[in-house]
Amino acid sequence: MKLRWSALLQWETLLVFLLVATFLMGSSIAESFLTGTNLSLATADLMEKGIMALGLTLVIIAGEIDLSVASVAGLSSAILGWLVDRGAPLGAAIAAALLAGALCGLFNGLLVARVGLPSLVVTLGTLALFRGLAFVVLGDRAVSEFPLGFTEFGFNNVPGTLIPWPAVVFTVLAVLAFLVLHRSWIGRQIYAIGNNAEAARFSGVDVDRIKIGLFVTSGMLAALAGVVFTARFASARPDNLLGFELDVVTAVLLGGVSIFGGRGTLIGVVLGLFLIGALRNSLGLADVGAEEQSIVIGTLLIVSVMGTNALRGMQERAARRRPAAPIEGGGRS
Amino acid sequence: MTKRIWLLAGVILVLALGLVACGDDDDESANTGGDQAAEDGGSSEPPNIAFLPKAINNPYFDVAAAGAEQAANDLGGEFKQVGPSEASAPEQVPFINTLTQQGVDAIAVSANDPNALVPALKRAMDSGVTVVTYDSDVAPEGRQLFINQATADAIAQVQVKLISEQIGSAGGEIAILSAASTATNQNAWIATMKEELKKPEYSKLKLVKIAYGDDDDQKSFQETNGLLQAYPNLKGIISPTTVGIAAAARALASKNSDVKLTGLGTPNQMREFVKNGTVESFALWDPGQLGELAYYAAAALVAGDIKGDPGETFTAGDLGEYTIEDDRSVVLGPPTEFTKENIDDFDF
Amino acid sequence: MPDSTATAPEPLDAPVLDRPRPRTARLLDVVGRVREVGIALALGLLVLVVAIQEPRFVRPGNIEEILLSVSILSIVAVGQTLVVLTRNIDLSVGSIVGVSAFVCADTMRGSPDLPIPLILILGILIGAGLGVVNGFLVTVGRVPAIVVTLGTLYIFRGVDFVIAEGDQVNAADVPDGFLDLATARVLGIPSLILFAVVIVAVASYGLRRWRSGRELYAIGSNPDAARLVGVPSGRLVFGAFVICGALAGLAGVLWAARFGTVDARAGSGLELAVVAAVVVGGVNIFGGSGTAYGAALGAILLGTIENALSILKLNPFWLQAIQGAVIIAAVTVDALITRRLQRALRKARRRA
Repeated sequence: MKLRWSALLQWETLLVFLLVATFLMGSSIAESFLTGTNLSLATADLMEKGIMALGLTLVIIAGEIDLSVASVAGLSSAILGWLVDRGAPLGAAIAAALLAGALCGLFNGLLVARVGLPSLVVTLGTLALFRGLAFVVLGDRAVSEFPLGFTEFGFNNVPGTLIPWPAVVFTVLAVLAFLVLHRSWIGRQIYAIGNNAEAARFSGVDVDRIKIGLFVTSGMLAALAGVVFTARFASARPDNLLGFELDVVTAVLLGGVSIFGGRGTLIGVVLGLFLIGALRNSLGLADVGAEEQSIVIGTLLIVSVMGTNALRGMQERAARRRPAAPIEGGGRS
Repeated sequence: MTKRIWLLAGVILVLALGLVACGDDDDESANTGGDQAAEDGGSSEPPNIAFLPKAINNPYFDVAAAGAEQAANDLGGEFKQVGPSEASAPEQVPFINTLTQQGVDAIAVSANDPNALVPALKRAMDSGVTVVTYDSDVAPEGRQLFINQATADAIAQVQVKLISEQIGSAGGEIAILSAASTATNQNAWIATMKEELKKPEYSKLKLVKIAYGDDDDQKSFQETNGLLQAYPNLKGIISPTTVGIAAAARALASKNSDVKLTGLGTPNQMREFVKNGTVESFALWDPGQLGELAYYAAAALVAGDIKGDPGETFTAGDLGEYTIEDDRSVVLGPPTEFTKENIDDFDF
Repeated sequence: MPDSTATAPEPLDAPVLDRPRPRTARLLDVVGRVREVGIALALGLLVLVVAIQEPRFVRPGNIEEILLSVSILSIVAVGQTLVVLTRNIDLSVGSIVGVSAFVCADTMRGSPDLPIPLILILGILIGAGLGVVNGFLVTVGRVPAIVVTLGTLYIFRGVDFVIAEGDQVNAADVPDGFLDLATARVLGIPSLILFAVVIVAVASYGLRRWRSGRELYAIGSNPDAARLVGVPSGRLVFGAFVICGALAGLAGVLWAARFGTVDARAGSGLELAVVAAVVVGGVNIFGGSGTAYGAALGAILLGTIENALSILKLNPFWLQAIQGAVIIAAVTVDALITRRLQRALRKARRRA
């Protein structure tokens, strides 16, 4: 237990150091990096990815993966735009978009849990399928006429502060996710499933139901991210959030969540998320293009998996060296 | 083993960061003098103006940038061009924000969408950044001035006239190969073209399809092929975008097609096709002059020489004097027609 | 995954692969063969249905158009097949095509007198080099291929942008000899199609007849067993990624020749079309079965669908959705068949 805790702490501590280092690097690259307005803008840029990362964290800890999150977000944006363009009331359009996200998640979940397909391939397919559907819905067009309140929500800060409204949404969801993952019985079951799904099933955990539920959650959160993005850019396009899955997956894996499931913390993911946000923002201020920025993010993705692998290897070796310990109850957290 | 992997990972990460941070030094555009920090005092301070085109891999905008850079040299100001790799409005917004954060004096933007950029541009203006649009406008509340290359009427008229001349009196089906579906200037021109086509002298021409190439060479190439496949009786294509017309010309040439092509293109890109007969005539203005004019206009606003009100005048270096129209726009001039006869006179 | 701490046993003199293969694998092969026939049938049916609606569809010019448009895809799909056979995947192929396309086009622009075969070699080497990165990270770094190639998809694309610096190589800038790579005809057949045919043929032969080829199947069917028996899994998987990269690099040169105008975005999104072609073509995504000509058939089927959408004037935007749907459908079918086979075998064994 002691080694595992300190190992975990090692990872999050490392992230904090990296975050501080990134901030230092950022402020040396650009004087405007550490200003309030810039940090506020940078945070706003990050929130859609953050909302998606919350859902993805739960999915990956349970031992699966969802590569289709950005496509679900794009589809949700397209549906939202299509409905608003045809005169639907905003509330109904948003509800429809969220419902679409839930259905997409359900589709993923059924294929993974009921048919038993590997989530990797399923969500690779749905990444293409959902994005394709977004293009079918909106085609070449973009919708940019939205009610003022909607776009102001996406664009503005809470009056009197520098906190973007989407950040409020993210914070609420993040707290919820933390409570679910770390303080509830569902969370314990998620970890159990990620560690050993068969054993969990034998202990009476309804693995299939939970997995489906996690995919539906991931889909709805992705749809919400699509709605927020549409509000922030006042633009519904089928290629919205294209390629965002890179940052979302990297944030989760960088945050210490193991690609094989069963371990990771939400705090780590939030740290990883802001690390990516700070990197992109400071590089952007140095006039580094988005595609070039992705070189760093892609490298981080690979390195973080190598890192968590190495950590796991170290812990396994340490565990083997120790004399046999009494069987511990409950899952690791 | 573990240590080696960590070391390797660390090296890769450092290399990646280094590559990215240094790789960008090469595309930072020339600082044409005028140290921002040094100078002070009102209108004599050289302006720092950034251009944000629809997308950066576009030769048309590169020519405009060269013109703007020339103007910057003449004024002793600074110039740089940044932009997304895809012609999409949500991808332009982060650049607007970054430029605002970097504290530029003015932004000149060619918009992919009339509405989507307005909130970010308004925020820029609130922060004291001068905003002008060039080539493709936004809704008027999002900018102080619009530098227009030619009136929509003139642009539409010349293209419809050229395609009609090339097809001949028998008329036939025509299609338009446009850029992005939301591009303000494209839609303005297409709307005027549709009006133009209603005139009695064009009654034999029938517009069957508008295809969108997104100012992407490959997509434009494929869309042209798609048009040829889907409409076997097609007689002519109008492509009011330099990327589109170049790709369409290649597609037509590779199929030895008889379909006529006209639109807006740069002489350098179209020279080979005009000489080998694929395209008989097309039109454009000098994008370099457009860029130059935009820079001068923005600089004049920054210096306080003009406020952007209708009727005001300003001088744009060797381009002469320009007057602001009622809709707060400045028009460069009428478009030029290019044919086999005059195409060698131009180099852009 | 347990560390293989023991050294691999001496490979036996009569290689295990020459012995009769286990029932499951042979049955899957039969299924795979049935799958390829199935694809061919589906293709035939599709062509028939569309041709009735629009006879222009089956004109020789249009058929050639379809084959031309899938030639490049087929070449990349062959490389992807090698990787997928070993139970891995390479999502970075689109970016490799992009890097190769731009660098080769740029080189041609700067040195127009360079002999064409040299440019082909350059493209192949670039692709192979990038494939080395993938292979290394998967085999030595022990990072799952999906993570590695998702990362390198973006890393390589970013490198492409750094190299290109917003530049674009125009068709007018490169010598005609280079563009001829794509348009020249040999015996009346466009050279691009010939390239694809040769590569598919060589790959199909190699997978069937060469020992390394058959060992790829073994690695995908049962990685642990393969390792225990002495199959050099690490080296073979590494090699698969290198060859996949090399073929993508070759495809990049051909891409530049075909489209003429190349910027840093060339090849974006190609990886999804390639994976779709491969799984539709009967290559099992879980590894262990499938053929190169199956992948090529899959590419042709997808290309035919795209052409049909265009010629029937249907909404072309269905294409990507269809790609996603076929990936899911093919994988579902594969899984159900495999499961049914295993259940049948288990029952048979119990009765025996």
